[in-house]
Amino acid sequence: MAMVQQLPDDNHFVDVKPVNKKENRQQGSALYAKRVKIHPRRVKGLFRQLKWYIMAGSLTVYYLAPWIRWDRGPDAPNQAILIDFPARRFYFFFIEIWPHELYYIAGLLIMAGIGLFLTASIVGRAWCGYFCPQTVWVDLFLVVERWVEGDRNKRIRLDRAPWSLEKMFKRAAKHSIWLLIALLTGGAWVFYFADAPKFAVELVTLHAPFVAYATVGVMTLTTYVFGGLMREQVCTYMCPWPRVQGAMVDEDTMTITYRGWRGEPRAPIRTKRSAPLPEGAPEPGDCIDCNHCVVVCPMGIDIRDGQQLECISCGLCIDACNTMMAKVGRPANLIAYDTYRRDKLKAEKSEVQETHLIRPRTLVYIGLWCLVGIAMLFALATRSTIEANALRDRNPLYVQLSDGSIRNGFTLKVRNMLPREREMILSVRGLGNSGILMPDAKETDIVVPITIKADSVLSQHFFVVAGEVGAKISAKEFTFRLMDSGDGKIIETDAIFRGPAK
Amino acid sequence: MATKIERDEVSGVDTTGHVWDGIKELNTPLPRWWVWIFYATIIWSVGYWIAYPAWPTLTGYTKGLLGYSSRAELETNMTAARAAQAANLDKIEAMSLVEIKADANLLQFAVAGGKSAFAVNCSQCHGSGASGAVAYPNLNDDDWLWGGTLDALQTSISHGIRDMRDDDTRISDMPAFLSDELLDKTQVAQVAEFVLSLSGSEHDAAAAKEGAMLFEENCAACHGETGQGDQEQGAPKLSNQIWLYGGDRATIVETISYSRKGMMPAWNGILDEATIKQLTLYVHSLGGGE
Repeated sequence: MAMVQQLPDDNHFVDVKPVNKKENRQQGSALYAKRVKIHPRRVKGLFRQLKWYIMAGSLTVYYLAPWIRWDRGPDAPNQAILIDFPARRFYFFFIEIWPHELYYIAGLLIMAGIGLFLTASIVGRAWCGYFCPQTVWVDLFLVVERWVEGDRNKRIRLDRAPWSLEKMFKRAAKHSIWLLIALLTGGAWVFYFADAPKFAVELVTLHAPFVAYATVGVMTLTTYVFGGLMREQVCTYMCPWPRVQGAMVDEDTMTITYRGWRGEPRAPIRTKRSAPLPEGAPEPGDCIDCNHCVVVCPMGIDIRDGQQLECISCGLCIDACNTMMAKVGRPANLIAYDTYRRDKLKAEKSEVQETHLIRPRTLVYIGLWCLVGIAMLFALATRSTIEANALRDRNPLYVQLSDGSIRNGFTLKVRNMLPREREMILSVRGLGNSGILMPDAKETDIVVPITIKADSVLSQHFFVVAGEVGAKISAKEFTFRLMDSGDGKIIETDAIFRGPAK
Repeated sequence: MATKIERDEVSGVDTTGHVWDGIKELNTPLPRWWVWIFYATIIWSVGYWIAYPAWPTLTGYTKGLLGYSSRAELETNMTAARAAQAANLDKIEAMSLVEIKADANLLQFAVAGGKSAFAVNCSQCHGSGASGAVAYPNLNDDDWLWGGTLDALQTSISHGIRDMRDDDTRISDMPAFLSDELLDKTQVAQVAEFVLSLSGSEHDAAAAKEGAMLFEENCAACHGETGQGDQEQGAPKLSNQIWLYGGDRATIVETISYSRKGMMPAWNGILDEATIKQLTLYVHSLGGGE
């Protein structure tokens, strides 16, 4: 076997205790348990590489997305992704969502939920191990910690060391960098809610509104506390998703599996294999009990105990074990992503089936996900850019004029979602001899021109006067018709005319 | 009561000791930082008691060191609102009604102010929707006793109708033709028929013919030859469909017989100039303004 430089311990063994092991639990019925600090070690491998790519990609998107520009004309903001609270608009590239269309957000959330269930049923807690912001930022903060304080052994030594100038400097540096990252994270968050270039200048010159600073402050604090100080405690004690996803795993889900049928019985290299076996002793398994799977785990647990609440399915233990297996010349994938069903079959040495990644359950999830997505796309493509609503004055119900005609007051609301002005002609249908009386007009008109400004809602109050027929009306349904004088598009809205008749 | 605390084999954690239908519960210890956060919230709440109003005493309550009071906060907000409105109210006080009407934003402010002043001061007689009732004019329609122009409305609101506290109050004096013995019962009935004919209502043509002459002698001076009314005198237009007291025969007879003397308060000693202007603009905007 080749000697490997980065293993300072003798015979590849690392002395580390998993935090949730039976023997390590507090004995007696203590109500509270002190947190056991863990120092995950660096590891190289396929899944570590995958996690780096995902981290780089997601952080790039998070920090840079608000700065992307999208031209919408002179009167609209030019930020591609913008949640404009004051103007009540949500912009996403070419999509513009108004408050009354909030159901799209609901649809997106439903799709996110179903997507998570799909992921959980196929690869278990892949969200937790690769994509969750908690994982990404804890990973990032660990990178900083390793850079400042060194890898695991150095960090443990520093923890135990008495306070010196060097220790203070290292700790100060680490926490400062953490706070800086947290500040940038909080800062990036607010840029989704305002125009980034302008807002950045306002923030720095202390001209931004107080709520912006408060938001940045809260985000900074939570990022620093959750990512730097609390780390795995968030996943184990605070987050509901481990419990939800844990419950969604079934026999055909690819979870991180330690192949006990291959690994057991464990035979530490130091009590070596070159020595002859006692009579009747079983053949030693592939697991050399080096504990590397435990020492690289960001949650501090031992995957060899099986699936457990704390395992976030990040796959670093696979990388660690494969590294060790290569060093001791054994086949890889002693720990691997595999399903419970297949693992059981392999343990029994039966014929192994395919992984049932596509099965009725996942098909239902995929189907629902597509259904919701297609429904939303359809709604988005076919939504009307103009809509009208008529609200009748409730008090007075009607007014009798001096010539005996009956007058009702209406407030017409017309919503124009186009980025240009719309000129429309308003008329009344289904009310016989009637006319529209605009405010400050002396006479009624049969048709009235109405202009609605770009991207806005017009609220116009006016009267509808019904002539001789009015006195006989009790409650009559009719329609307001609006015709666009440009493209001839017609929209209508129903209304009721009230009169004195019983 | 916890009866049987066991140690779970798999996790090494004690159970709570309670068993429900064979289901047991692990008593995993809470992390210690959780406890410290809990203690912190308790300390925070004690700080809250000291800083803010918190505990009732026998006669009052503990006021808190910060002196916060939700009533005081309301007062501050109200003062700020009034200050913000002061600019507009000053403008309304200074400008003429026509000028205010020409300024769209100021007009919107004035009409809104008029609407709320109306609800407080005027709705008791004129109704919440200004549509009045028997004997209380409907301010929404296009029929006015004393005129529906801005100036006429302002005068009516300022000086009232028959409010003797105001020297310039509007007064109209219709004789009570029956009780003043100016006409007898038959004559009153004939005049009533003629009045009905003026608005095109169903009437007795023969009696109306008699009533026409009586009308010309007794009524035309105020109500006009064709019953077109006279806003200078406050004489209603009799030739339209709007009746303040009722347009049926019996009511018209009653009106002619005993007269009507409705009263409206003069508001210029009670409301300030700006409020009266706002009320004027509001009433004018109801749809019947001239």
